[in-house]
Amino acid sequence: MYRYLVNRILLVFPTLFGAAALVFALMRLIPGDVCLVRLGSGGTSFSEQALQACHAELGIDRPWLVQFGQFLWGMLHFDFGISMWSGKPVVDEIASRFPISLEVALIATAIAVVLAIPLGTISALKQNTWIDLLVRTVSIAGIATPSFWIGIMAILIVLDLTQWIGGHPWMPPIDYVSLWKDPIRNLSIVALPALTVGYRYSAVSMRMTRSAMLEVLREDYIRTARAKGLLEKIIINRHALKNALLPVITVVGLEFAFLIGGLVVTEQVFNLNGIGRLMVLSVQNQDYTLTQALVMVVVTIAILANLVVDLLYAWLDPRIRLK
Amino acid sequence: MKTTLLVAGLAVAGALSAVPAQANETPKHGGTLTYLIPADAPPSFDGHREETYATVHATAPFYSVLIRVNPENPASPTDFVCDLCTAMPKPTDGGKTYTFKIRQGVKFADGSPLTAYDVAASWNEITFPPQGVLSARGTDYRDLIAKIEAPDANTVVFHLKFATAAFLPALADPFAYIYEKKILDDPTKGPHWYEKNILGSGPFVFSGYQIGQKITGDRNPNYYHKGLPYLDHIVGIFAPKQATRVDAIRSDRAAIEFRGLPPSARDQLKQELGNKITVQESPWNCGSDLFFNEKKKPFDDPRVRRALSLAINRWGGAPALSKIAIVKTVGGITFPGSPLAATKSELQQMAGFWPDINKSRAEARKLLKEAGAEGISFELLNRDVDQPYKYVGIWLVDQWSKIGLHVTQRILPTGPWFAAMRSGNFSVVHYPICHAVVNPLLDVQPYLPASAENMGGTPDAQEMDMYNKMLHETDPTKQHAEMVAFEKYVMDTKAHATQIIWWNRIVPYRSYVKGWKISPSHYINQDLSNIWLDQATVSQ
Repeated sequence: MYRYLVNRILLVFPTLFGAAALVFALMRLIPGDVCLVRLGSGGTSFSEQALQACHAELGIDRPWLVQFGQFLWGMLHFDFGISMWSGKPVVDEIASRFPISLEVALIATAIAVVLAIPLGTISALKQNTWIDLLVRTVSIAGIATPSFWIGIMAILIVLDLTQWIGGHPWMPPIDYVSLWKDPIRNLSIVALPALTVGYRYSAVSMRMTRSAMLEVLREDYIRTARAKGLLEKIIINRHALKNALLPVITVVGLEFAFLIGGLVVTEQVFNLNGIGRLMVLSVQNQDYTLTQALVMVVVTIAILANLVVDLLYAWLDPRIRLK
Repeated sequence: MKTTLLVAGLAVAGALSAVPAQANETPKHGGTLTYLIPADAPPSFDGHREETYATVHATAPFYSVLIRVNPENPASPTDFVCDLCTAMPKPTDGGKTYTFKIRQGVKFADGSPLTAYDVAASWNEITFPPQGVLSARGTDYRDLIAKIEAPDANTVVFHLKFATAAFLPALADPFAYIYEKKILDDPTKGPHWYEKNILGSGPFVFSGYQIGQKITGDRNPNYYHKGLPYLDHIVGIFAPKQATRVDAIRSDRAAIEFRGLPPSARDQLKQELGNKITVQESPWNCGSDLFFNEKKKPFDDPRVRRALSLAINRWGGAPALSKIAIVKTVGGITFPGSPLAATKSELQQMAGFWPDINKSRAEARKLLKEAGAEGISFELLNRDVDQPYKYVGIWLVDQWSKIGLHVTQRILPTGPWFAAMRSGNFSVVHYPICHAVVNPLLDVQPYLPASAENMGGTPDAQEMDMYNKMLHETDPTKQHAEMVAFEKYVMDTKAHATQIIWWNRIVPYRSYVKGWKISPSHYINQDLSNIWLDQATVSQ
C-alpha cells in the first residue's frame, strides 16, 4: 500500500509540469494580449505608446523562455505572481473566490450522493418497474439538460412564483456573503446553484449506481449469499453496494474536481464570484499569470481527487493494493 | 442656423427623456442605492490609467474633478461647470491660458486639505506621467497642453500649445480624478498607489470592496456641494451577465444599471413592472464605425470603399434595428448631438447617406463594375460581443448582399480581434468606438491615417491638413464648415472609413430612484451625488 501511494504521488510532478508547459504555451498562442484588451475593451481609443508602456510594465515584451522560467520558479516557491489584469497578487484573487466554488461544490456533491446512491440502488432493485422508469427518466433528463439552463429556469420560476403568490418577484441575493458572517443569507445565495448543479451531478451518479448494482447483483457471490439464506438487507448493504460503489466513487471524485473550476456558466447565471467565473474572465482578458495559476490549481485539485479515488479504490478492493 | 436648431432639438429631446416627472419633487435624504456594474471587476481603481466604465462606475462617487459636464444638464454636449473650481474661466493669452481658482475648505477623505497643488499634480500626472506610469489619455493631452502649474494654493494655470475649442471638453474628462499631491510625490506610494487604493474628496467615502463582487461607500459629511449627496450609502454590485442584471432589477435586488440595456430588456421590465420602472433614453456617444484595409486589394480603391458605404440603407435600417439593438441615430463621424455635426441635409450629400437607397445602390454597383470588383467575397471582422456588434454585423452582411457581394462575418474575442486588426489580417472591420465627453475635435482622431484605430489606413497629408486646421480653428461657424468638409472627405471622397448608426442608450430603472439624468455617455455624470430615493414608492 505504501509503495502504491508513493508511486501515485511521484506521478503528480510530471503531470504538473506538463500542465504548466501546456497552459503557458496555449495562452501565448492566442492572438492579442492583456494590454490590448485592457486598453481597448471599453471601446475607447488608445495610443501605441500606451500599449508599449503596458507591455513593458507587465513584462510580456520579454522572451517566452524568460517568462516560462519565471513562472516555473514562482511555482516552486508557491508564488504565482501578480494578476496582469488587476495588479493584485494572484493568490489573493484566487483565495477570495475559492470558498464560493468550494461551498457550491461540497453542497452539490452532498446533494448528488444523497440522491444518487439510494435512488440508483432502488432503481436497480426494482428493475423494469414504474419506480425504475421514473428514476431513469429523472436521471436522463438531468444528464441531457445543461445545468446553466436549469439555473436560468429555476430563477425564472422562483421570480414568477413569488410574484404570483406574494405580488413581488424574489430572487436569491446576488452579492455573496460568507457562511460565517450570515449563514441564512449565504445559504439563500448558494442553495439554488447547488441544487441545479447537484441535480445534474446526481443524475450521472444515479445512472452509474444503477448499472453497477445490476451488474453486481448478477455476480456468483451474491447468488451464493442468497443461497446461504442471508437477509436481503445484508446482501445489498454489505456485499452488493460496497462493490457497486467502486465506479460511483470514480464519478463522484472526478465530478467534484470538475465543479471547482468548471461551474463557468452556472456561476455567471447566479452571479457567483467563483473560480469558474474567474477562469473565464482571466482567459477573456488574456491575463497570463492568473490563467496559469488557475489551471494549476484546478489540475492540482483534479490530481488530488484522483489520488483520493485511487486510495478509496484500494481500500474498498483489496485486490488493487495487493497487486 | 440649421445646426443650432438640430442641436437645440436634440438637447430638448434629451432633457425631456432625462427629467421624467421630477420637476416638482423635493429630494429626500437617506437610504442606500444598490446599483449594478455590468462588468466582472475593474482592472484597477486608477482613473488616470484605465479606459473602462467598470472603473468609473465603481470609483467616480469617491472622487472630485476640476470641471465636469453639468450634472443637471448632462444631455448637453456644451454645458460644462466647475466641480473643484469656483468659476469657469475665460481664456487669456489669445485663448492659450486658462486660470482656475480652486474652492477652499475641500478635504480629502483622510482629512488632508485639497489645494491647487493637488489639482496641478494630478493633471501633471495625467498629462506628463513619470517613467513607468501609464496614463491612458496622456497623449491626447500632451498634444494640447504645454504646461500646468499652481502658482499658489488656490490657483491652477493651464498653458496650451495653441488655442483650441477641444480643451474644455477634454478637461471635463470623468477619469481625471484629483489625487493627493503628497501621495503622488511619496516614493513609497506614488501614482501606482491609486491602482489599489481609493482616496478622494468626492460625494462618498470609500468603505469596502470585495474583489469582483461589490464596492461600497458612505456619504461624505464634508462634501463641498452643500446638501449633497442625498444618499447615505451606495453599493455597486458587479454583475457581468445581462440576464442577472435584468432579474436583479425586476426583483429589486438592485435599482439601476447605468451603462444601458437593450430594447428587449427595457420592454420586459416595463411589461412586468409597469410604472415601477422608469426608462431614460439618449443618443449615445458610441458609433458603429467601419474601417477598410486600404493596404489590401480591392479595398485600396476608393471606389470599392465608397460602394460598400453606398450599399448600406442607414435611414431605412435604423428604425428597425433600434427595436432589437442598441443603435438608433443616423449620423456622420461626428456625434449627432454636437454643434459640429453635419445637419441632415449636409449628411445626405455624403456617400451612404443619400435619401434614395435605390439610387445609392445603383451607384454602388456602377462603382464596383468600374473597379472590377463586382460580386467580390470578403470577411467582415467583428468582435464577439452581442450588443450591438453582432446585430449590426449580420445586418451589414445582408445590406452588402443587395449589391451582389458575398460577405461572411469573422467573429473573434476581444484580444484576437484587436490582434487581427493590428496585424492587418482583415478586409473590413466593424469597430465601434465610445467616447466620454462629447468632444468632436478629439473624437474624430481615430479616422486619421496614423491613429491606433485606423489600422488599415494609408498616409493622407490632405486629411491631416484638414484636421489640423479644424483643431486650431476657434470660430464655431467656420469650425462647423470645416468639420463637415472633413466628414465628406473621410466618408465620401476618400471613403477611408464610415459611420453606420450611432448607439442608443437605454436605462430602465426602479422608479423610486430620482435625480439621475441620462447623458450621451455612460462614463459621465456617475458620481451619484444628485441621486435620491423616493422611499414612499419603494415596493418592498
